[in-house]
Amino acid sequence: MPRTLINVPKTAKAGEIVEVRAMIAHPMETGQRMGVNGAMIPRDIVNRFVCTYGSEVVFAADLWPAVSANPFLSFSLRAKEAGVITFSWTEDSGAVHVATADITVT
Amino acid sequence: MRPAVRCFGLAAPLLLAASVAHGIEQGEPRSGIAFASPETRAMQADDTANPGLFWVLDGEQLWAKREGAAQKSCGDCHGAASASMKGIAARYPAFDDKTGQAVDLTGRINLCRTRHQQATPLPHEGKEMLALTAFVGFQSRGLPMAPPADPRLAPARAQGEALFTQRMGQLDLSCANCHEANWQGRLGGSPITQGQSNAYPLYRLEWQGLGSLQRRMRACMVGVRAEPFDYGAPEFVALEAFLATRAKGLPVETPGVRP
Ligand code: HEC
Ligand code: HEC
Repeated sequence: MPRTLINVPKTAKAGEIVEVRAMIAHPMETGQRMGVNGAMIPRDIVNRFVCTYGSEVVFAADLWPAVSANPFLSFSLRAKEAGVITFSWTEDSGAVHVATADITVT
Repeated sequence: MRPAVRCFGLAAPLLLAASVAHGIEQGEPRSGIAFASPETRAMQADDTANPGLFWVLDGEQLWAKREGAAQKSCGDCHGAASASMKGIAARYPAFDDKTGQAVDLTGRINLCRTRHQQATPLPHEGKEMLALTAFVGFQSRGLPMAPPADPRLAPARAQGEALFTQRMGQLDLSCANCHEANWQGRLGGSPITQGQSNAYPLYRLEWQGLGSLQRRMRACMVGVRAEPFDYGAPEFVALEAFLATRAKGLPVETPGVRP
C-alpha cells in the first residue's frame, strides 16, 4: 500500500469553501523508459483519482503518463454537512488505494 | 544526466569569460531555496505538498524496526528520535573516534548497522538509507547548521576545500568556479546558486525522487565531464565536511525541494 498524504480542515462553517489536498507516493512509471539491458520498464501509473464527500463525487481526474511521480492534487469544495471525505487512487493494475478524512461542519 | 552535460557544454565559454568574482565571503550564505521559484518554495514549506515527507515517514517506521543479529532497532538504543536526534544532522560530518576519520550521517548510520545492530550496511542511495537520513535530518529541521569546532576535522575540511577549488573534468571547471565566482549567474536558464548543503537529502523534481548530497555532487561532476567519486568515497565526505563549514548558520531544510 503506497503512502498517501491528505489535508482536509477538521472543521468548517456550513457553506464555506475549503481547500483539500491529496498526494500519493507513486513512481508514475511512464512505460517509455528503458531499464537495464535496454528492456522497457512497463507502464505503471495511477490513472484515476476520485474524491467523494458523503456519497457525492465532488472531484475526479484522469491521470496520464506525463504526470510526475508522487502526484499532488489540490482543489476546493463547499462544506455542507459533517461527513467523510474519501480519496481513491486507481492504478493500471486495477488496485485501488483509499484514504479518508472526517470533516465537522458547524 | 545527459541534458545537464549538454547545457554545461554550452555555458562553459560564458563562465570562463566571466571575470568578476562574487565570493560568498562578501555576503551571507544563502540557501538554494532562496533561488527557487515561488511554487518550489511553497512545495518545500508545506508538509502535505512536500513529497520528501514520504521518505521521512518511511524512516520513522524503519527507526522502530529490529535489524541484524543483535535484533535491535535504532529506537531501542536511541529512544525517541525527536529528542535524541535533534540537532545531530546540523553538526555532521563529525569525527568518529574508532575509525579516526570524518563520517557523514550516512556513514554514521551504517556504522550503527554494522557495529551495533550487527547488520549489513545499507546501499548509499537505496530507499532505506535515504529514508533513515531524511528522518534523522528532519529532527534538525529549522536548526542552524553547526559544524563542530573539532580540530580533528581540519584535515578533512582542508581536503574538501582543495577539491572544491580544483579544476576538473573535460570542461576544466572547479566547484568554486560556479558556486563561488558565479553563484549569482545562471546556467542554461537556471540559477547556479551557492551550492549549499543544508537541505539534504532532498526531493529534486528532475529526479522525481529523494537523493543525497553525494548524488547531487556526482551530478555536478558529470556535468563538467569529470569522473565522479564513488558513493561513500572519502573525497565526498571531505567535500561534505567543507560544505558544512560554508553552510554554517543556514537552517537545516531536510527534506528540501529543488528543481
Ligand atoms: C558548471 C557549473 C557547476 C560546477 C562546476 C559545479 N556545480 Fe554544483 N550546481 C550547479 C548547478 C547549475 C546546480 C543546480 C542549482 C542549484 O541548486 O544550486 C548545482 C547544485 C549544487 C548543489 C545543490 C545546492 C542545493 O541547494 O541543493 C551542491 C551542493 C553543489 N552543486 C555542489 C557542487 C560541488 C561540490 C561541485 C564540485 C565537485 C560542483 N557543485 C560543481 C553548477 C555547478
Ligand atoms: C545497540 C545500540 C544501537 C543501535 C541499535 C543503533 N545505534 Fe546509533 N549509536 C549507538 C552508539 C553507542 C553511538 C555512539 C557512537 C558509536 O559508539 O558508534 C551511536 C551513534 C549514532 C548517531 C550519531 C550521534 C551523534 O551524537 O553523533 C546516529 C545519527 C545514530 N547512532 C543513528 C542510528 C540509527 C539511524 C540507527 C538504526 C539504523 C542506530 N543508530 C542504531 C548505538 C546504537
